[in-house]
Amino acid sequence: MPEDTMTSIERTLTTLGHQEPDRVPVFLLTSMVGSKEFNMTIEEYFSDPENVVEGQLLMQKKYRSDCYYNLFYAAIETEAWGKEIGSMGTVIFVEDGPPNNAQPFIKKPSDIKKLKVPDPKEDPKLQKVLKATQGIKERGDQTVPIVGVVIGPFSLPVMQLGFDNYMALMYEDRELMWELWRKNMEWTIRWGQAQFEAGATAIAYFDPVMSTTLVPRELYLETGNVMAKEVIPNIGGPTVSHFAAGRGIPILNDIAETGTLGIGISVIEDLAEVKEICKGKLTVIGNLNGIMMRKWTREEATAIVKEAIYKAGPGGGFILSDNHGEIPFQTPPECLTYISDAVHEWGRYPIDWELTEQDLAIINAKYDGTKIKKAA
Amino acid sequence: MQETAQPGASPDVAKFQKALLDVDKPTAEKLFNEGIEKTSPLEFMDHVMVPAIEEIGSHWDEGKIALAQMFMAARISEQLVDTLPPPAPMREDQPKLGLALYWDYHRLGFSIVHSMLRVNGWEVINYERQDDEGLVKRANEDGLKVLGISVLMMPSALRLKNVLPKLNPDIKVLVGGAPFRFDPEMYKDIGADAMGKSATEAVEQVSNLMAS
Repeated sequence: MPEDTMTSIERTLTTLGHQEPDRVPVFLLTSMVGSKEFNMTIEEYFSDPENVVEGQLLMQKKYRSDCYYNLFYAAIETEAWGKEIGSMGTVIFVEDGPPNNAQPFIKKPSDIKKLKVPDPKEDPKLQKVLKATQGIKERGDQTVPIVGVVIGPFSLPVMQLGFDNYMALMYEDRELMWELWRKNMEWTIRWGQAQFEAGATAIAYFDPVMSTTLVPRELYLETGNVMAKEVIPNIGGPTVSHFAAGRGIPILNDIAETGTLGIGISVIEDLAEVKEICKGKLTVIGNLNGIMMRKWTREEATAIVKEAIYKAGPGGGFILSDNHGEIPFQTPPECLTYISDAVHEWGRYPIDWELTEQDLAIINAKYDGTKIKKAA
Repeated sequence: MQETAQPGASPDVAKFQKALLDVDKPTAEKLFNEGIEKTSPLEFMDHVMVPAIEEIGSHWDEGKIALAQMFMAARISEQLVDTLPPPAPMREDQPKLGLALYWDYHRLGFSIVHSMLRVNGWEVINYERQDDEGLVKRANEDGLKVLGISVLMMPSALRLKNVLPKLNPDIKVLVGGAPFRFDPEMYKDIGADAMGKSATEAVEQVSNLMAS
């Protein structure tokens, strides 16, 4: 197998510049799966930033990923909120999945007016994330980018209000929603800046509510897109945006205008179609089906990775990753090896091979009706 | 992205559907009140509200509208149904149907399915959020024919494998939520009887399971 001739950061920057590096970069977004490496519970793993530092250093090397990832869990952002309304965000740990929000901490819409924007540097939980980021920066491979995480101001209310209350309030009291969104914008900028100061190389701006699965494009243009255009240039460094598995083809050009460099795509969208729209504007990130990974054999993982590279790899501007932004706890470690091996073997530029009959049989069995089309 | 009623749909259905998709509750309410006065609540629901909401559900299935529009359309429709004096035109003597949000607190899909079932005339026992013990106890005690379960997170979905065997074996289980959309075989892995990829499909599956 040919060896890499670029470092991870060189490879990533080249692909973000829409040129072909030595091979397709692979971002294995490992977070809670790190607990399995040390036989710890998820709660124990995230209780000490040192575990996360050691976990990231170990997993990056073991699975030959092209990035470190500082995500603890998405709901951690809400734990800093709500002191002044007497109802802080709380998180429930489970043994086999991401820590999840309990009841939303905003109990009534009028609480929105009383909310104060917290200081992430003062919050003990978020300090752990910053310490982990610093530790990775100090002790990790300096040629491997560190990806930090923010939840976009347009998506944070899902955890603050609850999904259904948020959707209703978005239509029924837009003015009040803007009060919360403005506070969230300030928060996202502060939290992003703090992570850059701690050593993050780039931020993944998770904004699943912008997805056309969830809101119509017209509504996104009046809301989430406006927020992203103000937040992203002020967050302190480069970002990529992420749908966290929702659809987004109709708004890809709108997202490109926010100043973000890349976009995390769902497995439910065709990578070749996405690549065609994003070419020269946004780096495509994705789109392996995280839910299915727990069942993949080596042959299946290889065929599915080849399909993604075949469709989106040519010309650069593509990073192989999962479609949700986090490897599920149920994914067996050997599957990460299968994925990594496949991209190291089949992701070499130029992409001048064709999918085999066996690849097509596996792909078509998994995704009925998939269109096989190579990017130009 | 603005969808309209299919060509050939009744003008009443088209107008009502437009009001729902525009999240224009006053217009929807006016059409509803005029409609039930002109005909009857049952007539209006069967010939206007249900066709309108079903088509909106089809648009969601095809990716033509967003979940927020689906949610608001179902919410407004359910609110209108709730204004009717009892008894609302629900199915009489139907076998018992329960609906639960399992383990997670993300209730958007659950709310939509609840509204859609009610708008389609099903009486639903609303269990809200339940953990293992609560779900089994309530469903078994109520003597359900069909139990609908909504989840968002994959661990919650997989956990059901250990919970479903504790249900009364006569209960038919319908599941739905994101993990089942991304792995269409998962409902079989956990021992459920059916899966609804969308709220529309959930309503269809309830009818099938009730008839089985």
